[in-house]
Amino acid sequence: MPAQKLEATSAAEAFRRRRVTPMQRAQRALHRHPEISPFIVLIMVLMTFALASPRFLQPSNLSLILQQVAIVGSLAIGQTLVILTAGIDLSVGAIMILVTMVIGGLAGQGGLPGWLSLLVGLGVGTGAGFANGVLVAYVGLPPFIVTLGTLNVFTAFALLMSGGRSIPAAKLGSFLNWTNVSLPIGPFQMTTGALLVVIMYLIVAFALSQTKWGRYIYAVGGDASAARLAGIQVRRLLISVYSVAGFIFAMSAWVLIGRIGAATPTAAVDANLDSITAVVIGGTSLFGGRGNLLGTFLGAVIVGAFRDGLALARLDVLFQTLAIGLLIIASVSLDQWIRKVQVYR
Amino acid sequence: MNAPQLARTTSCGLDSSVICGRVLRSRLSGALAAMAFLFAADVRAADEPIQITVVSKDPDNHFWTAMVEGAKEAAKDENVQITVATGRDQTDADGQIRAIEYAISRGDDAILIANNGPAVNNAIKKARAAGLYVIALDTPTTPPDLVNATFASDNFEAGVLIGKWTAGALGGKKATIAMLDLFADKVVGIDWQRDHGFLTGMGIKTKDPTVNGHEDHIGRYSGGEYEIVSNQATNGSEDGGRTAMENCLSINPNINVVFTANETSGVGAVQAVKAIGTKNALVVSIDGSCRGVQAVADGDFGAVAQQYPSAMGRLGVKAVIDHIRHGIDPVSPKGAEFVDTGITLVTDKPVPGLLSIDSKKGTELCW
Repeated sequence: MPAQKLEATSAAEAFRRRRVTPMQRAQRALHRHPEISPFIVLIMVLMTFALASPRFLQPSNLSLILQQVAIVGSLAIGQTLVILTAGIDLSVGAIMILVTMVIGGLAGQGGLPGWLSLLVGLGVGTGAGFANGVLVAYVGLPPFIVTLGTLNVFTAFALLMSGGRSIPAAKLGSFLNWTNVSLPIGPFQMTTGALLVVIMYLIVAFALSQTKWGRYIYAVGGDASAARLAGIQVRRLLISVYSVAGFIFAMSAWVLIGRIGAATPTAAVDANLDSITAVVIGGTSLFGGRGNLLGTFLGAVIVGAFRDGLALARLDVLFQTLAIGLLIIASVSLDQWIRKVQVYR
Repeated sequence: MNAPQLARTTSCGLDSSVICGRVLRSRLSGALAAMAFLFAADVRAADEPIQITVVSKDPDNHFWTAMVEGAKEAAKDENVQITVATGRDQTDADGQIRAIEYAISRGDDAILIANNGPAVNNAIKKARAAGLYVIALDTPTTPPDLVNATFASDNFEAGVLIGKWTAGALGGKKATIAMLDLFADKVVGIDWQRDHGFLTGMGIKTKDPTVNGHEDHIGRYSGGEYEIVSNQATNGSEDGGRTAMENCLSINPNINVVFTANETSGVGAVQAVKAIGTKNALVVSIDGSCRGVQAVADGDFGAVAQQYPSAMGRLGVKAVIDHIRHGIDPVSPKGAEFVDTGITLVTDKPVPGLLSIDSKKGTELCW
């Protein structure tokens, strides 16, 4: 019937053209581009601390922030992949430390060449991630529980292997110390390790946005059963995500060796929580399917800039912890608000 | 020194000598730096503030807060500003690295650091390259010459004191010993120094010099037979001490000697001993806080070796002032790697031939 059809069309049309408040518009923009909110926060942080201390915006200080967030930032790459699938990985720091001690043991005590030790380390990291993936995808355990278990297992391996001893970087050879080479870019004092992390971001961001694999991750994270019905092999995809994440954590281990100048089993105590913090502040939803690596990068830098700015202002270190806690709560509240957009539409 | 460098040195006015000196030092290499240093009369007037960052290991352990208090006390009325930083806990190396980097970035003059391991060495090198004066407190760095000076006390000697006291107090009885150390997950100097010091004081031969628990578990100490029940890690905390002691007591309830590597874990161990109802166990510890000395007075601890963290903080700040305002550097006694801030045995049951003070005197000196 033409009249009815016309009515239906106009109703849809009317719905499409209904008035939207500026608030709703902002909400939708954030829904589509989750990296906007961390970007605004970062600008605000930079402006505030620039006013508080003239040293804050100096190139040496800005490059320091990047160096300091390199470790957590690189772990957060893998963490983002896992969280996009609606999972979570508590074992990120443990895998990194395990790989650090494998590399340190092989190169420092076993006398293997650096590149070979790194290769074995990358294998161990990928294997550890693979184990997480199998437990999540095939055994069907919740990722939180799986990685809580493997967090302890991997930490124990690292300690048993090393006997609690650290291996000084001097024993590891120049290849493994390469990540600590300083690299002046204009007035900015970078290290090769920090640059390596930036490159890792670019590669994985490309894979996430431009490849089939990347789009499947969003699909699985958004709705796993719908993804399965659409023909995606969800289990295989999950295993691949956890394995790739493991590989990335092994790369972080290399960066870590350069940063602290030793392979030590007690570095990066709370790296797992810090990496989740970066992802969450970066606007990636803990419920999966929404978020991206640009946001995570901004999230990591925000945490670093906050710490740095408060330290330059000579505030007690405990205030840094307090500020970051408040930031997490604000970010998750914002995420909840953005999620409501689906209900209205 | 060649001509252009000399010219640059002399072009620095007296007022800006510090800044000039610093820029210069970072440009010159090795041996030349030392000469330029003497030449540029690197002394600052008292009305210019000095900025010092104090980096401790732990935000809530009283030993470290006492050290910070000592530093603040010495800074008062001297136009010295103290900024306190710390790792999240005793194992947080990255927190200490960040604290050092912030001090460099802020342009502070000096760092006093109780380092928590070789992971911070690179950061300390960076700080010194940037012209900061770095002093190690409590824990010497490895290698010790990484820093300008060290104020610490001999942890091995502290162990020896309580070990000798224990051997004397036992009076020839069989010793059934629980060893409550600090860490299981890493090898830290003060941990094995205290542990091995205690055993050495007891007259027990230790084996592997930097590993705890490798000595013979049964044998003779200076006064008679001994048996070491177990080595347990406490992480230096109260709940760690209590849990570790409970584990030891469930292996052997007849323990009569308890070595604890610090007072916080010692307090936890005392709780466990009291819970099981043992009366005759000798609990000994190292630190000498007011809480620990009170425990000696109450009879919970048999003896403690008292260290003086506030003296470390105080002397550290004074050394920085001397260096920056007067151009004087601290001198370690010949052959020693650090300036010793001293150790005293505190006990209410003195053992003949062993110098000690009672808990009343210990209370006057405690922190």
